[in-house]
Order: sequence, then C-alpha cells, then structure tokens
Amino acid sequence: MTDVPPGGAEQIEEAVETEPRSFASLLRTLDIDSRLLGMIAALLVIWIGIHIMSGGTFLTPRNLWNLSVQTAAVAVMATGMVLIIVTRNIDLSVGSMLAVIGMAMALLQAEILPDIIGFGHPLMWVIAVAAGIILGAFIGGFQGFIVAYVGVPSFIVTLGGLLVWRGVAWWMASGRTIAPMDETYQLLGGGARGNIGGGWSWIVGILASIGIIWMMINRRRTRLNFGFNVRPVWADALIGAISVGVVLGGIAYLNRYYLPELLARARFEDAGQVYPEGGVNISQGLAVPVLIAIGVTLAMTFISTRVSFGRYVFAIGGNPEAAELGGIKTRWTIVKTFALMGVLVAIGAAIQTARLNAAVSGLGQLTELYVIAAAVIGGTSLAGGVGTIPGAVLGALVMQSLQSGMVLLGVDAPLQDIVVGVVLVIAVAIDSFYRKRSV
Amino acid sequence: MTTETKQETPLVDMRDMRVAFGGVHAVDGVNITLFPGEVVAVVGGNGAGKTTLIKTLSGAHKADSGTILINGEPAQIETPRDAKQYAIETIYQTLALAENIDAPSNMFLGRELKTRFGLLDDSAMESAARSVMGRLNPKFQNFKVPVKSLSGGQRQSVAIARAVHFNAKILIMDEPTAALGPLETSQVTELIQQLKAEGIGIFLISHDIHDVFDLADRIAVMMQGKMVGIVNKTEVTKDEVLAMIIMGKLPGEATQSDIEHLHD
Ligand SMILES: Nc1ncnc2c1ncn2[C@@H]1O[C@H](COP(=O)(O)OP(=O)(O)OP(=O)(O)O)[C@@H](O)[C@H]1O
Ligand SMILES: [Mg+2]
Repeated sequence: MTDVPPGGAEQIEEAVETEPRSFASLLRTLDIDSRLLGMIAALLVIWIGIHIMSGGTFLTPRNLWNLSVQTAAVAVMATGMVLIIVTRNIDLSVGSMLAVIGMAMALLQAEILPDIIGFGHPLMWVIAVAAGIILGAFIGGFQGFIVAYVGVPSFIVTLGGLLVWRGVAWWMASGRTIAPMDETYQLLGGGARGNIGGGWSWIVGILASIGIIWMMINRRRTRLNFGFNVRPVWADALIGAISVGVVLGGIAYLNRYYLPELLARARFEDAGQVYPEGGVNISQGLAVPVLIAIGVTLAMTFISTRVSFGRYVFAIGGNPEAAELGGIKTRWTIVKTFALMGVLVAIGAAIQTARLNAAVSGLGQLTELYVIAAAVIGGTSLAGGVGTIPGAVLGALVMQSLQSGMVLLGVDAPLQDIVVGVVLVIAVAIDSFYRKRSV
Repeated sequence: MTTETKQETPLVDMRDMRVAFGGVHAVDGVNITLFPGEVVAVVGGNGAGKTTLIKTLSGAHKADSGTILINGEPAQIETPRDAKQYAIETIYQTLALAENIDAPSNMFLGRELKTRFGLLDDSAMESAARSVMGRLNPKFQNFKVPVKSLSGGQRQSVAIARAVHFNAKILIMDEPTAALGPLETSQVTELIQQLKAEGIGIFLISHDIHDVFDLADRIAVMMQGKMVGIVNKTEVTKDEVLAMIIMGKLPGEATQSDIEHLHD
C-alpha cells in the first residue's frame, strides 16, 4: 500500500525494532509516505468541517456515495495528468478531447451503429467504448508526436488542441445534443441501475483486503530473501490492519445507502416477487464508475511503479539528458504518455456521457483545469519528476468534496470558484514549503 | 610524437574525428587509440574538447566526420545504446543521473532487471547495487532515497558504480574523482588499477596531473580541439606535460625558459 514511485518518499532504510519515541519516528518506523498521510488528514479535516457546518448532512452514506460517483471521471483523468506533468509537460486539451470522444461514442451508438447492428445490440457499448479508447489514444498520441518529434512545447500544442477539438466536437453534430445512450452503456455512469449492490461490494472489499495482505507479505518475503531490512512485524501488521479496516469499513458505511422505495419495489416486481409489507433495505453498493476509477487507479499505480515505462517517465522528468544517455527512447516515451492520457480521457468521456445519457458539444468544458488541479493538489510538481497516482486521486476527492460541500452549504456559485481557486494555491504553497524542508 | 610500440590491434582506434558547434571546432581532426589493459589520460585546459571527443565514442554526440574502429572493425556509434552494444560504459562529467529516483534505479536506467513476468525487479537491482557499491564505497548506504538527497561524492559513486556494473570492455571516465574525498579517490584509483589488470581499456579525463601520472600509461594532450600530442608517461616529466597543456609545445620544443615560466 505504501508503494511509491522511484524516489518517492520512502525515507528510511533502517527500520529498527525499537519503541517509537515521537510521531515522526513512528512514521519512519512504519515507512509511510508522509505526504500522502498529510493529504488524507487534510481530506478528513475538510470532511469533518463541512459535516459540522452543514448540521450533520455531509458524511451520510448517501452523500459519500454521490461524492464517489462525482469524483470518478476527474480522478481517472488525473492519474494520466500526473505522468504528463512528471515528464515536464502539460495537457490543456483534456476537456475538448473529452467532448470529441464523447461525441464520437454517442454518435456511434445513437446514429451510426443502430443502422448496422440494430438498437440495443449487446455489443453496442463495447464497440462504442473501444472506438472511443482508440480515438483517444490516437488524438493523444498525435499531440504527443508534435511535442516530442516536432519540438513544439506541450503548452502550445495542447492549447491549440483545446481550441481545435472543441470546434471539432461542435462540428461533428452541428451543435446538436446526441441522445439517448445504449442501455448497458448507461451503467458506466452509475445512475439508478449502475451499481453492483451490497453483496458484490462486500466481495470487492474482501478481494481488495486479500490483495493488500498478499502484497504486503510478498514484499516482505522478497526483501527478506535478499537480506534487506524490513519493517518490524508489528508495523506491518498495524498498517495491514488499518488498510483492511478502512476498505471494509468504507464498504460497510457506503452499503447503508439504500435504494429508494420506488426502485426497490420495482426490482422485486422485476424478479416476480412480492415487495415485503414493512419495506426492505437494498444496498446500492459501489457505483460502476467508482469501480472503474478504482481499477484505473490500481492499473496506473502499477504502470508508474512496476513497469519500465513508468520508470522512464520519472527519469525523463528528473533529467531528460540522463534518460537519453541511459539509452531510453525519450521521445517515444513522451508520445506514449500522451496517448495514455487520451485513453484515460476516453474512459472519462464514457463515464460522463453515460451519466448524462447524452453528448453535447459543451461537454467537458473546464475539465482540463480540474484535472490539472487534482494532480497538483495531489502533490505533482509542475517542475517535473515528482508525483504519485494515489495523490492525484486524493486531490480529485479533495476538490470534489469542497465543491459538493459548498453546494450543500448553499454557497453561491461565484464564491465556490473563489474557494476552489484559493485552495489550489494554498495546497501548492504548503507542498513547496514541505518539499524545501524535507529534502 | 612517440612511436607505437604495441603490435596488437587497438581496442579503440579513432581517426580524424571532427565535431563543430556552429563556428567552434570543438574537436578538430583528432586521432587517438586505446589498447586493452591500458589507461590513456586525456588532458587539456577547459574547453579543449576532451568531453566532446569522448562523447563521440559514448554515443552522446554524433561526430561530424571521422572513423571509429573497435577491435579493428569499423563501428557505427550514433546513440548511447549503440555504444553499450560495444561494451562501452561512460562516467559523464555531469554524472547523468536522474535526481528524483534512487541509486539502484539510476544504475539500471534503460537496462532494468526484470522479474519473470517482465516487471521491474527493484529488489534484485538494489541487491546488485549494494554489491557493486560494496567494492567502491562501502560506507554508502542510501539506496532508497532520491539521488537528489545525496552528496556530490556519493552521486559520483553512483555514476561510477553504474559504469562498473555492466562489465565494460571500454571505460570512459570524465573527471571521475572531481567531487570525491581522499579516501574515496584512493578507492577509485584502486578500482582503476584493478579494472586495468582485468584487461579493460580506460580513457581517463582528469585535471589532476598527479592522478594522471599515477594511473595513465599514455597521456593525450588536447588544446583548442586539436591533439597536441600523445606521450608515454615514462618518457616525460610533469613539467613537460604542463607545457603541452598550457603552451601546446611538445617535450622537445619547450625551452628551459618556457618550463620556468610555468612555475611563475
Ligand atoms: N553542446 C554544445 N554546444 C555548443 N558548444 C559546445 C557544446 N559542447 C561543447 N561546446 C564547445 O566545445 C568546446 C569544447 O568543449 P568540451 O566540453 O569538449 O571541453 P572540455 O575539454 O571537456 O572542457 P572542461 O575541462 O571544461 O570539461 C568548447 O569551446 C565548448 O564551448
Ligand atoms: Mg569536459
């Protein structure tokens, strides 16, 4: 769980089995990424603060469930933005790309494919999503090619992309709204049916717990095999217990968000059963977009820490010349990074169009700014070379929490923007202060 | 110029190498050879073209013209990857480390060890890094922190460890001990002698005339992109080499008053 990208915050080598004296030395013994811990603490402060100010309406299962769904798309795209920024680049075209890809997927399933394979074809959503992902990889890769091989700064290339793709999105449907989406495709956005229910949520939670424990044991065993130092057993056990506790506790809490009576009744009737007299509580369970976001987070963490592509991304960000001298194909790596961003934008576009059950040409406006902000609040340094995937996801969660919280508190829309803007600057200020002191 | 006494084919034979940056002829028609088990020191003032010359061998910079023979065979070296194919390893003057990642990741950058599933094998890399470092700088223990937080000498150790680990046949060292303390320098000196005994050819760029005389078999002196001359260490004095570096005069040419000027 505390896996960090190369050169992350694994500060200590010698984890000695002694009584921890201070909180700092406890952290050191536990070998935990203290920056990530700080972000979790900040998130909890925000949550509890809004909860109190709203008279106890924020931290309800229902609200947290909504929060998770609203965060999903930005979180997915922020994981890709981390890698882009780590290579000392930026992608300003994310929102417009989202519009083009969303529009393409919508047109496919609402206007093009029905004539070929018929409405409601079971593979409709698969074809639409696959086409979107390919289109995303292509657009992203194309922009990356101009950055890496032609040598135009990414700020300019993607600023151009922001304008170009927005125009293309409008032109694709002459500004019309394209709807409705395929029934199965709609599940990708969550909605009334787009969740996996309480039982499956438990299974996901239990599998995740087993995964966490397995990874910790595996890591411990490998390090012992090589004769390296490992955390004391109690520290590993504590971290494992807390991680599993958070996962299972979170599932238990979210599972207390039940289907409204109307839907519950409909579900019983669909199954040919009689709805019980006193009503019944059916858990919604995790929403599909949240599952997608979790999957993407795991996959991207894996890519950035366990495969050579991820290592190269960080090396290029740290010292492009050294990466080149090491024999890394730096330009091709940049192209791949932008293509990956495009793929993640396609996934974000699927979530958003599915949730809206439509595509409009204004789709994704300002999304690039939220995605960049999430990555940066999550500790990604614009100077390059530094950033983590879980950090960016937490960053997305912090921003969405603030926004939803302010809506709940009835804050005026202009003031909401002001608060988010101020928080962004403060977060980066704190981060750079911390960075100066720690290294 | 001294005559070649050795009969075997040189490990490296660079002929008429030329590199220009705009109007500056950084390397201007240079010839140089390197034999197995030999240390050739390349010396010269700042901007003489030493780094640029060896960069054409390490693949970091493409020569404008010239021929490179490795073991007598013409070699196409256009990228660092090409050079590594010929078992040429380089310690760059700038060290060429990515500061945001740790020492083992830097050592294996571009040549990562993988598990049988094709994933990065960080433990194996750390283990290998520890064993190389044990030879070089046994006190080095900072294997899991970003290189950014290491001292200049520790970083240099990482760069040396990288070059040593991959069983180079040809080793290029551009100021390898510039940031090292006396103890670490003597460890590197020992290492160079050890590698030389193993039959590795070494180009050593250094500003330290004492190091050069301690380690080198031949001394190549550059000035303004040209090779002033290549001399056998046993046939010259330090003063004569200094005269070559500063005035571009070969041992026979430098007069007694020239030598005295050096000591002013
Ligand atoms: N990338 C470059 N672009 C332009 N000019 C360069 C470049 N690299 C080197 N030069 C020029 O080439 C000449 C030789 O430089 P080089 O770095 O090879 O010298 P050096 O002998 O290694 O010097 P030092 O002892 O200071 O390391 C200098 O005049 C330098 O200004
Ligand atoms: Mg130099």
